[in-house]
Amino acid sequence: MSTDTKQNPIAQNTITIDGQEIPFLAGQTIMDAALAAGVYIPHLCHRQGLTPHGSCKLCVVDTGSGSASACTMPAVAGQRISNNTPALNEVRKTITQMLFIEGNHICPSCEKCGDCTLQAMAYHLGMLDGHFPQFFQRREVDASHPTIMLDRDRCILCELCVRASREVDGKNVFAIAGRGINAHLVVNSVSGKLVDSDLETSDMAAHICPVGAILIKEHGYEVPIGQRTFDLHQVSEIGLEKTIPTKVRQPDE
Amino acid sequence: MSISSADSNFSNMTDLLRSIISRVYAESPHLLHVLYVLQRQFLHISDEAIREVAAHLDLPTSQVDAVVEFYSFFHKIPRGRYDILFSNCTSCGYLARGVDLMAMLGQQLGIVADNTRGDGLVSMGQTSCIGMCDHGAALLVNGMPIVSLNAAMIARIAALVEAETPLEDWPAGWFQVDDNIRVSGLLLKDDLSAGTGLRAMLTHGAADTLSEIIQSNLRGRGGAGFSTGMKWQLCREAQGAAHYVVCNADEGEPGTFKDRVLLHSYADSLFEGMTVCAFAVGAKQGYLYLRGEYRYLLPHLQSVLARRRELGLLGVDILGQPGFSFDIDIVVGAGAYICGEESALIESLEGKRGIPRVRPPFPVTHGYRGQPTVVNNVETFIAAAHIVLRGSAWFRAVGTEKSAGSKILSISGDFAAPGIYEYPFDVTIWQVLDDCGAKDAQAVQVGGPSGTLINSAEFDRRLGFDDLSTGGSLMIFSQARDLLAVIVNFAHFFAHESCGFCTPCRVGTVLLKNGLDKIAGGHGTRHDLDEMQRLATLVKCRSHCGLGQTAANPILDGLQRFPQAFEQRLVHRDFEPHFDLDAALEEARQISHRDDAAAHIE
Repeated sequence: MSTDTKQNPIAQNTITIDGQEIPFLAGQTIMDAALAAGVYIPHLCHRQGLTPHGSCKLCVVDTGSGSASACTMPAVAGQRISNNTPALNEVRKTITQMLFIEGNHICPSCEKCGDCTLQAMAYHLGMLDGHFPQFFQRREVDASHPTIMLDRDRCILCELCVRASREVDGKNVFAIAGRGINAHLVVNSVSGKLVDSDLETSDMAAHICPVGAILIKEHGYEVPIGQRTFDLHQVSEIGLEKTIPTKVRQPDE
Repeated sequence: MSISSADSNFSNMTDLLRSIISRVYAESPHLLHVLYVLQRQFLHISDEAIREVAAHLDLPTSQVDAVVEFYSFFHKIPRGRYDILFSNCTSCGYLARGVDLMAMLGQQLGIVADNTRGDGLVSMGQTSCIGMCDHGAALLVNGMPIVSLNAAMIARIAALVEAETPLEDWPAGWFQVDDNIRVSGLLLKDDLSAGTGLRAMLTHGAADTLSEIIQSNLRGRGGAGFSTGMKWQLCREAQGAAHYVVCNADEGEPGTFKDRVLLHSYADSLFEGMTVCAFAVGAKQGYLYLRGEYRYLLPHLQSVLARRRELGLLGVDILGQPGFSFDIDIVVGAGAYICGEESALIESLEGKRGIPRVRPPFPVTHGYRGQPTVVNNVETFIAAAHIVLRGSAWFRAVGTEKSAGSKILSISGDFAAPGIYEYPFDVTIWQVLDDCGAKDAQAVQVGGPSGTLINSAEFDRRLGFDDLSTGGSLMIFSQARDLLAVIVNFAHFFAHESCGFCTPCRVGTVLLKNGLDKIAGGHGTRHDLDEMQRLATLVKCRSHCGLGQTAANPILDGLQRFPQAFEQRLVHRDFEPHFDLDAALEEARQISHRDDAAAHIE
């Protein structure tokens, strides 16, 4: 924080991202301010309207006083933020590789292919391979629900479904259990199975998964490969979720 | 496997579970305590038990399930009636005496590590440092520490287990944990007699007490070194329905055991310090979060609390002061290093997984139950109690301006007299090594695995917040010590203890562990060292909390200061695959009970 911005009253409510001055409102995070100004900061576990989480770390930025998650760090007047730099994008690429190799992501056979934010992120960051040895973790598939499929192989622990269920659907269907690399998504039901939970197809939690871990059954491959979200859009387009209403259905819709 | 599988027993088991849960919860309304009793009684926590706990405590089943799976001392698969956990610390671990004591016991009991024997009598495994580093190799049996292990004791333990001898009839001396105070300074010279600090405090008043703490320049003894007085003041000024005082007695840093000694022999000073804090910030309730490994200290601590209540030092109108009411509950953890991080500790207190919160806001404004909360280390509270009695000038007279007072060190490793050493801040490592009689140190790990690994060229560096900060662990490694093995041990520790919240730490600590195993196993190349450096830097810079931010320190320090420890293991090629065909056959060899030459691929 330099002294000249402190003396300038107009600069009291702006931050600078990669040299671009961006206004913010009190209480906004760096991510909020950036998205409102049309500046893309890569992110996977963030969705406007849900409590910021700060776990995927794709949105790491440098604030001058160190590394921060843009989605949880409050914007402070005069912050000078580095975002779209080769070094940070290299970090993000490595983190994306980590997410790929800890799970079991086989894009060509996944229904989410082309609609998957993780996959789109990999393309955006120029990721060509997983780089690290695969962990080949055994993860449970839950096909018990009549209309919704849960394939934990693809879960990236972003907790979007956890938060959507709790904060929007008012249900609390999902949680994370376990520790460290054994952390995994669990279902809040007597049997631990999706079929015994309150989850319904109209819930936001059934649609918010950025990868192919939670899928709606009997709707496979309705949109051909080549015409899917990220065949037509860049992951860096702001407000993308609003352009694909079928993928993120609001509960009141 | 489920205890509720037989229909005829179903209602009985359900009734039994319900009666236990409601009794325990009435005595101590903490999820961790309910789960502990269920684990002890049934040797595991069944799905039915999880459902009953959730129903009784009005929690989501998934939350109870998540907590059971998070903490190391809870199990969904039954443990043995004798549940033996060897420490795997470099100082008090099963390899500390140069032989593999765990393998030895496993052989004698016919059991493989991390398993329960078929007859359900015994299970055996390893656990992170249990804080017995001044006693040599140590283990926990049903939560009770046995120290100073040797081969002869292992044989006797095997026999006692096979004979199903109750723990009360095992040799009492095995369970004897000594204080081993070698050098006493400012705080260890004498325990405050109960109430003296509080009486001094009441004559000063809350505002003056707080300003005395501020003027003393006391900084948090956990290692981060935030000003204690400032923390108390921020908490005091914060608006909230209630204020809380929490003592972090979750010392999980390998090589640290000073809180064990303080809790054992200086508990009055600790509770006095917490009560002083309560008076200064306006708290009515305090919590001591005790690490599960120190559960054996619980009866002692409870008795100290009870005595203090009788003396009018806790409870309503303390020392006759109208309106000054404060009491302390003890909450016992269940095996999770991350709960030493203050916001993870608060989550754990609230009956959740120990996941560090997003900060800001900080606990001083949004802590336990979202209310203003002071979280301080055991040693910090004890120092505060002394300062109230003796004044800030007394405290500042020792140490330096930035690092006032003394530091209590837990020193262990390759020398004859491990134990507790208290020094004024600014002491050199040389001085410490000299007093310890450690003649041939090649390296010192200051502040435990999350701290700093230094070589002999740096032994003139000083302990303090300006130079070498430490929460209290000091591990001394002699010339004979294989430093790469130490660093590998630390990497395994962090991978095991990562909470799994953020990607860099969850995945990164495992990648670091695997990469180091490859190098230590003689399959590493120059490329792997470069990868370690790159990955370690990322984990350090981009992780969510202090665990991830420090997990790579031993690797980065090692690569910088002891490159030969890595380089001498390298194969001199550009690339060597991670996949090891022979190692991949290990599971098949175990299943087929073969270990002959034909069962290996060289």
